[in-house]
Order: sequence, then C-alpha cells, then structure tokens
Amino acid sequence: MPKKSIIDRVGLFGRAGIDMVSVLGRSTIFLFHALLGRGGIGGGFGLLLKQLHSVGVMSLVIIVVSGVFIGMVLALQGFSILSSYGSEQAVGQMVALTLLRELGPVVTALLFAGRAGSALTAEIGNMKSTEQLSSLEMIGVDPLKYIIAPRLWAGFISLPLLAMIFSVVGIWGGSWVAVDWLGVYDGSYWANMQNSVTFSGDVINGIIKSIVFAFVVTWIAVFQGYDCEPTSEGISRATTKTVVYASLAVLGLDFILTALMFGDF
Amino acid sequence: MSADNAYAVELKGVSFKRGTRSIFNNVDIRIPRGKVTGIMGPSGCGKTTLLRLMGMQLRPSNGEVWVNGQNLPTLSRSDLFDARKHMGVLFQSGALFTDLDVFENVAFPLRVHTQLPEEMIRDIVLLKLQAVGLRGAINLMPDELSGGMKRRVALARAIAMDPQILMYDEPFVGQDPIAMGVLVRLIRLLNDALGITSIVVSHDLAETASISDYLYVVGDGQVLGQGTPEELMNADNPRIRQFMNGDPDGPVPFHFPASDYRTDLLGKR
Amino acid sequence: MQNRTMEIGVGLFLLAGILALLLLALRVSGLSPTASTDTYKLYAYFDNIAGLTVRAKVTMAGVTIGKVTAIDLDRDNFTARVTLQLEKKVDNLPTDSTASILTAGLLGEKYIGISVGGEDAVLKDGGTIHDTQSSLVLEDLIGKFLMNTVSKEAK
Repeated sequence: MPKKSIIDRVGLFGRAGIDMVSVLGRSTIFLFHALLGRGGIGGGFGLLLKQLHSVGVMSLVIIVVSGVFIGMVLALQGFSILSSYGSEQAVGQMVALTLLRELGPVVTALLFAGRAGSALTAEIGNMKSTEQLSSLEMIGVDPLKYIIAPRLWAGFISLPLLAMIFSVVGIWGGSWVAVDWLGVYDGSYWANMQNSVTFSGDVINGIIKSIVFAFVVTWIAVFQGYDCEPTSEGISRATTKTVVYASLAVLGLDFILTALMFGDF
Repeated sequence: MSADNAYAVELKGVSFKRGTRSIFNNVDIRIPRGKVTGIMGPSGCGKTTLLRLMGMQLRPSNGEVWVNGQNLPTLSRSDLFDARKHMGVLFQSGALFTDLDVFENVAFPLRVHTQLPEEMIRDIVLLKLQAVGLRGAINLMPDELSGGMKRRVALARAIAMDPQILMYDEPFVGQDPIAMGVLVRLIRLLNDALGITSIVVSHDLAETASISDYLYVVGDGQVLGQGTPEELMNADNPRIRQFMNGDPDGPVPFHFPASDYRTDLLGKR
Repeated sequence: MQNRTMEIGVGLFLLAGILALLLLALRVSGLSPTASTDTYKLYAYFDNIAGLTVRAKVTMAGVTIGKVTAIDLDRDNFTARVTLQLEKKVDNLPTDSTASILTAGLLGEKYIGISVGGEDAVLKDGGTIHDTQSSLVLEDLIGKFLMNTVSKEAK
C-alpha cells in the first residue's frame, strides 16, 4: 500500500464531495420524473393498492406491538418519576405528549425504515439485477411511473397513518398500565391529557413530522434500490444504506422540526 | 428516408464512454431490414452495451442511433418510450416479472399499450405462447420454469406487440443442447414468419453463424469485420481468424498484460 | 380471491388510520366537534409576566375560556402586553375585571385567571383589562421577606 500524500487525500475528499452532489442531483431528478413526469401512476389504482398492502398493512403488526409496549414503558417510567412529586395523575399527559410529539412519528419512521424501507430497496434492487426494470423500459413502460411512483405514494400515505395508529395504541397501552395496574384514577388520566394536549399544536405537528419522515424515508429507500449496483452484493449494501441513511435523516430532521415547532417554549 | 429504409437500425459514428474508459470508439453498424444479423465478439467487449445503445437504455457520448428513421438520442423521454414499442428485447436472464404468472407476463405489454377486450388479449397470448410451444405452461409462475422455458416465455412476451425489431441478448448462454436447438429454430422461424428484423448478440459462434444472414465481429471498441458467415470464415484479419477458430493465443493474448515473468519471480526481494 | 383479501386489508388499514386520527382529536386532545371558533381579543398589561407563555390558557372560575396568543413589550410603559383570545360566548366581562397570572400547582405551568368586577359596561373586542396582577416572582418574595417589608405588599 503506497503512502498517500496530503494532496492525494485532499483529492479523495474532493471526489467524495463531487460524488455526494451527483447522488443528490440524480435522486432529485429521479423523484421529479417519478412524481411529476408525463401521465399519472401507470396502471393506476390497482398498483397503488398493492403497494399500500405490502408497505402499509404488512407493517401494521410491528407498529401496533411496538406502540403498545412503548406506551406501557412510558407509563411505568413516568409513574415512578411523577409519583415522587405527588403528581402521578399527570402520567396521562406525559405519555400522550411524548408519543404525539416525538416517539410516535420518530419510532414509527425508524421501524418503517427497517421493515418497509429495506424491503422496498431489496425488491427494486432485485428487479434491477434480474433486468426486469430494463425489460419494462424496452416494453415501452417507464419504470419510474410503473414501479417507483406507486411505491413512493404508498409510503407517503402509509407512514403518517401508521404513526397515528402507533400513538393511539401507545396511549391505550399507557392507560392500561397506569389506570388498570398502577391505580391512577381513570378520569384524571384522560382529563389531564385532554387539558394539556392541543389538537392544532401537538396532534397536527406530530402528523406534519410524520409526513416529512414518510417523504424522506420512502425516497431514500426507493432511490437506493433504483440506483444500486445490480449484483447481490450491491443489493445488500443498498439495503444497509437505506436503513442507516433513513434513520440518520429522520433523527436529524426531527431535531430541526422540533426546534421549528416547539422551539418557542 | 428511402436510403434508411433498407436498414432497420443504423449506428453512425457512435462512441460510448463509461467514466473515462472508452468502450466504443466511432462505430458504424447497419442492420439490414428483415434479416437476422449476428453481432459477435469475445466476452467483455461490450456486445450487450451495443444492444443497450440501440434501445437507448444507454446514451452514446457521440454519434447517431437511427431506428426506423428516428434518431433516438434527440428524442424526448416520452417519445423514446413510444419508439420502444416497436422494439422487442429478449434479455439474458429472460427478465420475466416474478410476481406475475406466464399468462400475465405475456399479456403485460398488451394491457399497458392497448385497450383490447379481455377475450382478444387471451387469444393473442395463446397465439404467442403456441408459437414458442408453451401454451400448456400458461398458469405457471416464472420460478416454476426452467431456464430455457423462461427464455421462451420472455420471447413470447417480446413478440406480443408484433415489434418490427427483435433483439436477443446472449440467447444461447447456459442452455442445454435441446433448449439451444429450440431457440435457434425459433429465432429463424420468427424472423421469417413475422418478417421482422432480428439482432442476435452472442459469442456462441456455431449457433449464431448458422442462423445469421449477416455478421458483425466487434472487439477493442471497434468493428473488426463484417460480412456473410462464409466471408468471415475466410477472412485474413488475424483477430477475426482467432475468434472464428477459437485459438487460445493470438492477437488476443492468453496472458493478461503483466511485467516480465522472470523479474517478477526473481527480481524483487 | 387473493386480490380481494388484499383490498379488504388495505381498506381496514385506511379505516384504522382515520379512526386513530379521530381518537387523537376527540379523546386525546379533547377537541369537541361543536366547539365554536368565534373568538374576540382583549389586551392586558402586566409589570412582570415571568414564565407565562404563548398558548397558556385563560380561565374563569376554573373553566378554560380562551388562550394567550401573543406576548410583547410595550415600548412606552415598559410593561408586558399580553393578547388574550377569548370565546365569543363569554362576551359579558365587566370592564373592571381583574386578570392575574397564576400557577397550576407548585411546579405547574402559568395561566391567566380572570375574576369578575362589578361594572355594568362590558369589555368589547380589542378592549383592555386595566386591573392586573403580575405573577409572583420567588426571588422578589424572598428579597422582600429579608427586608421585612413582606407584610405590606404580599398577598
């Protein structure tokens, strides 16, 4: 291994920068063609339905189960902290606000990246390596319309719905622990929650977050699949990239969005 | 237009670069209409790339690609997709859609490009499958088929829209002798029966030469030779000779370029 | 057949999503569908709002009747001007009503409580509550206590 000079290293750094910009550019053009190009979703509603099924419905179990457990843990932890201040009736408020503002959108997006995102990447990568995408092109069907667009839309629609379902089952799981197990008065669990949670502030902001996450996660997943090297090694690398990039993007964006939405407190 | 009409596909001065590496340099190829044209060359010389250039799945860095009187690189994205409706490609792997059964695979181009009623689609699909001898496999999924059958189903799909140009990417690779014989017969038969232009990209010398009316030999990013199979067999160009005879050493060396063997073994410590 | 179960699955999924949104709206955030959105504005000037935030609630006799929509500094008097948004149905506040900044519990958040005065005239949209009581600042209290003047001022 020859030793690299400083200039070489600077050159490497520069090439990495150029590569990054070119990937950003390609992925933007890709998104533009898929969503805005001629014609709607090729094949129409049936394709979207199929993708909603594989992206949304198939993710439902992991979302519901995680939601219940996270809500229960939040209630347990919240109860033990709040009871030392004698305000354990605030546990409902704490569970609801935590879920709606943060954990609902963020954890759902992370789970979605792991479950649906990686599956999307692998599926599209596999289509690419078996020349199915090329063959669509030569049949005269734009794969961006036929394969990519329905998957993008399915992701955009599914993730916000999943996030809301996650929050609801989490709050329900929290109430189960707090009310039925730890003996917090039923009325104060819900009343405290209703007093402090605002629809326009907390619920809508949570939904906006999950819409942003849906956009980013699905985009990354689909683009990584479309752009991967068409070998089994390339597909597995792209799948890993999807999960890593999507998770980092979600966490980073969450900070920015939180600062914008709740920063004035 | 009239001059173009004798040729279905014309590459004029096409160059193609991948990164900084030049794959093709100023290549001219003319594919006569209604004939079977073979494009041969050693592995890794860019035969598949050539096919992709003809379908504009890759954009040449220089030159013109005329297909049916249209210069493809100048077309818009949507016009290009329309132009491709007149081309059929048989990919190396078959590239069947794995989530659709045989019937739906063959029906796919008809469904997306035509508004035909269901019975008519069924009739056409049966017709095409009968032509490749797989009408009985109509309800099987792609992963239930052998490699040769996959390729035949893909062939049925490629001719579903009655294309004017049919391209075959390495149709004989990895086939047992029977499947190979079937494919060779099919390619010739389809070409003559449907009056289409066939382009066969392959390195299987005997099979390709046996069905081709005209042959191109490519290598080193250039066209090394062209002519009817007999003409090429008797060519003097040593590179063509080596390829046609299958000699292990010759202008295409057996050894990958390396430094001197002796110094490599003894010189360095 | 397989298509049909898929359709039903997607249908149920979409329904579950909408149901979740409804639950979040009605059960969790206590949004009542009949809530009137008609509101009107009042202003109140405080010497010190320490800790009061935008979106804090405004209550009367313990019932929430509005919220704080803006807090800014009045340049001329060096006091804090708080904008209150009250529900239209509470349009009979006497002009001498008192607004005070209160705390929910020892560590709870700040909110504004309004207690009724005795005048016949009522506050109109854009009116000002003149009688205000600023929030208690703990440091001030301790300071006053140390100075032994606490008996005069503190409530």
